[in-house]
Order: sequence, then C-alpha cells, then structure tokens
Amino acid sequence: MNWLAILGARALAVMEGWGHAALFFLDLLRVLPAALRRLSLVIVQIHAIGNRSLVIILASGLAVGFVLALQMYYALVTYGAAESLGLVVNLSLVRELGPVVTALLFAGRAGTSLTAEIGLMKAGEQIAAMELMAIDPRARVLAPRFLGGVIAMPLLAILFSAVGIIGAWVVAVGLIGIDAGNFWSIQQARVDIWRDVGNGIAKSAVFGVICTFVALYQGYETQATPEGVAYATTRTVVISSLGVLGMDFILTALMFSTP
Amino acid sequence: MGKRGIETLVGLFVLLGTVGLLFIALKAANLGNFGGTDTYTLSARFDNIGGLKVRAPVRSAGVSVGRVTSISLDPKTYQGVVTLEVLRGYQFPKDTSAKILTAGLLGDQYVGLEAGGDEKNLAAGDAIKQTQSAVVLENLISQFLFSKAADAGAGADNGGKK
Repeated sequence: MNWLAILGARALAVMEGWGHAALFFLDLLRVLPAALRRLSLVIVQIHAIGNRSLVIILASGLAVGFVLALQMYYALVTYGAAESLGLVVNLSLVRELGPVVTALLFAGRAGTSLTAEIGLMKAGEQIAAMELMAIDPRARVLAPRFLGGVIAMPLLAILFSAVGIIGAWVVAVGLIGIDAGNFWSIQQARVDIWRDVGNGIAKSAVFGVICTFVALYQGYETQATPEGVAYATTRTVVISSLGVLGMDFILTALMFSTP
Repeated sequence: MGKRGIETLVGLFVLLGTVGLLFIALKAANLGNFGGTDTYTLSARFDNIGGLKVRAPVRSAGVSVGRVTSISLDPKTYQGVVTLEVLRGYQFPKDTSAKILTAGLLGDQYVGLEAGGDEKNLAAGDAIKQTQSAVVLENLISQFLFSKAADAGAGADNGGKK
C-alpha cells in the first residue's frame, strides 16, 4: 500500500501546485488596475523586459529569415515553385516561428532575469519589508512586471517576423535572384491580415501571459536561498518553454484548423 | 539613465513595433490590396467550381481586377454560386464571360473574366450569364478514355459508327 500512498501524495501535490498557481494568477489580475494607475513603473519594466531583449530578438529573427529562405528554396525549386518562397517564409514566420521562437527567447532572456530579480528580492527580505510597510508587493512589484511582459511580447514577436521577412528578402532577391515583385506580390495576395497576422499576434499575447506569469510565480514562490533562486530560474525556462509549446499546439489547432 | 531617457527608449520600442506591424500589414499581407478601395459585386454560376477558394483572385487578361468573396451552392439548380468583388475602376460589358482557370500546372485556381462586345456594362449585383466550369482532371481523363474507346470500337466496325 506504500506505493499507493506515494502516488496519492504526488497527485495531491501536483493538484495543489496548480491550484496555488491559479489563485496566484487571479490575485495578480486583481491588482492589475492598480498598476495601470502607476504607468511609470510599467514603462520602466517595458524597458527592462522589451528594449533589452530587442537585440537578441532582432538578431535571431534575421538569422531565421536567412536560413528559412535558403532551406525552403532548395525544397521549392524542385517543384518549380521557387516564386512562392516569400509566401512560405512569411506564413511560417507570422503564424508560427515569430510567436514561438520569440516566446522561447523571451523565457530565456527576460523570464530568467525576472525570476532571479524577484527571488533575490525575496531572499533579501525586501518583499517582507514591503509587507511590513503595508505595501502590497504584488501590486508594487509583480503587476508592473506582468503588464510590461504582456505588452512587450507581441511587439517583440512582430519585430521578429518583420526582420525575418526582410532577411528572407535579402537572401531570396539578393542571393538567389528571385524577382522582387514576385516575392512581395504573392505575399500580398495570399497572407491575410486578420487570419494570419492577427492570429499570430493573438498567439504571442497568450505566450506573453504564460512566460511572464511563470517567471513571476517562480520568483515569488522561490526558496529564499541561493540554491532556491537557481532552481527557480531553471524551472522558469523549462515550464515557460513547455507551456508555450503546448499552448501553441492548442492555439494552432483552434485558429488554423479550417483551411 | 534618467526617467526621460527610459521613457524615450520605450517610446522608440513601441514605435518600432508599430512600424513592424505596418510593414507586415501593408507590404507582406493583403491589407494594402483592396482595403478601403471602391468595389462592386458580381455573381456567376458554375456547374463545377473545381478547387476555387474564397479570396482567389479575379483576373481579366491576366490583370488582377478583384477577388472571390463567397462561394455557395444553389439548393435548386445545384450550381456553385460565386460572388466576385471587382474594383470600381474596371467595368465589364453585359456579355462578359467568366471561366475558372488554373495558374500554371499546379497553381491556384482563379476566375478569368473575358470581356464581350455589349455596349451596356454590368451593374453592381448583376450575374454573369456565360460561364465555363473548372477543368476537373478526372472528367478530362474519362472523356479521353471514352473517346479512345469509341474510336477503337469504330475501327472494329469498319467505321460503321463514329
């Protein structure tokens, strides 16, 4: 019967963790209006989360655009469809790669720094000090960061896709020699602003909520020790990435199931 | 860095994101095409629309003049009713014919309009009378096989029947 008890304890622990996270999320939503009234805090966080992630996002977008154009060309030229290179690159970036790769990079670049920052604030008892001064640390510390992350993520994803398309244009038109007019016109004819671009942005907003929330939760609930902060930072990356990938499948199935 | 500096940088970041979105919307998606431009609708009935899809282009002499806005089945005649959205700048005569054509061998299907000689033009909401259905490969092959078989039969009968 021992193993049965272990199984039960594990299941209960998992359920408790989920419930705790869900309540934490609701709490966070409740203090968001307070953060909106102190917009200067949010702006500082957009700078820390968004602006500082810009370089890695733009560099990755450009690289992905380059490589995607080169690889797709080899596949498409076999079928004499090299002209649709722009379309293939555009749709894969705008629908999938832009939101997903941005979210993965975001979890690594911004999520970890959020977790470490809040974890160390907790370890240094700054959070406890705030509570003593009757300042709600969720409203003062977490909510501005959450809003900053949720605002920054779609902007980063858009920039990733835009830079990727420009990168693909450089390779396709400059290197391979596909006609520039053809490259753009097939995209304009076949990429829909609401269905493709709009859904991509909606995806990245959802990923922004996932990544930022996981980072904040892990930081806030960390053990206030160096090992605890290190463990929480690692968990941030793992849980955010898995959450993004899982959610991406669900969202894709919902958004693009009909042709 | 001062507060002003951070605000400026965030402003720059948001502006950059907006420019990126505009770039995607106008240059790499369909917002710039017919968004807000003046169009009128025509309809056409086809016996078979093949693989025609909503948002497929409408072309006349190869020039894109509009797009397909909806496709439905007429419950009485069992014909496909295709609604077309044509740019106001392009007017077509009353006896214009519509065909469903394919761009290249494996390309997408589109509606081709061939202007007739009538002096009156099609008005908004009019139906195009003369239509030609999409070529369905299976029908084409079976026609070919039947005509082959008929030829072979005719040869055996010493040209008794065609």
